[in-house]
Amino acid sequence: MPQPHDILFKTLADPTRRAIFERLCRDGDQTVGALTAQAGVSQPAVSKHLGILKQAGLVRDRHEGRQTHYSAQLGALAPLMDWTSQMAGFWKNRFDDLEDLLKRMDQ
Amino acid sequence: MNEATETLSVVVEREIPFPPEKIWRALTQPHLIEEWLMKNDFKPVVGHSFNFRADWGSVDCQVMAVEPNKTLSYTWGAFGLGSVVTWTLTPTSTGTHLRMEQSGFRPDQQQAYQGAKFGWQRFFAGLERVVGGLS
Repeated sequence: MPQPHDILFKTLADPTRRAIFERLCRDGDQTVGALTAQAGVSQPAVSKHLGILKQAGLVRDRHEGRQTHYSAQLGALAPLMDWTSQMAGFWKNRFDDLEDLLKRMDQ
Repeated sequence: MNEATETLSVVVEREIPFPPEKIWRALTQPHLIEEWLMKNDFKPVVGHSFNFRADWGSVDCQVMAVEPNKTLSYTWGAFGLGSVVTWTLTPTSTGTHLRMEQSGFRPDQQQAYQGAKFGWQRFFAGLERVVGGLS
């Protein structure tokens, strides 16, 4: 498997980190403080998770005054979402099964 | 894939040596759909909400268009990615030209990824199953 998959899987394998990422997907931009209030871990821990998510390209930070806002970068999921080839394979298999069924069906 | 960055789309087409009426039954009768696709509570009624169910999860659908023996279309929401599946049946001299097109929303549209709703764990499990099922 190419490396981007490995990094993304590893990054999202941690449940706390995944929860932070999900929250950013669901609720849009958040500050570290807002994320910490929900994360159930300390602010330094949240910051560390955000740093790892940022390295993987999954979040982007934006400074606004003294606050740093984080947002999810859904495009970074693209390597996992090789959606068209997965679905094409899925449907080709389904077509095979459909043809098998049609042969077995009454007219 | 043209305009892959705009809309993701998958087309599978096949010449099938059976008439459209027979294929239509396989596409619209739940016990037959189950044999080649997944368990389901499909009804050929526009607006009907239904699920496809497999051991890796489920697909949330709603019927969009029904034109017996010609066209069938339903939304297809799985792994947080929403899309539309459209079946088109065209009679030929030897049977039917069957076409399936699945069009998805743009990946940068936030609504397309409802990660929270489906859960990443299930997403990953499902992804592995789908990828593992490909030959």
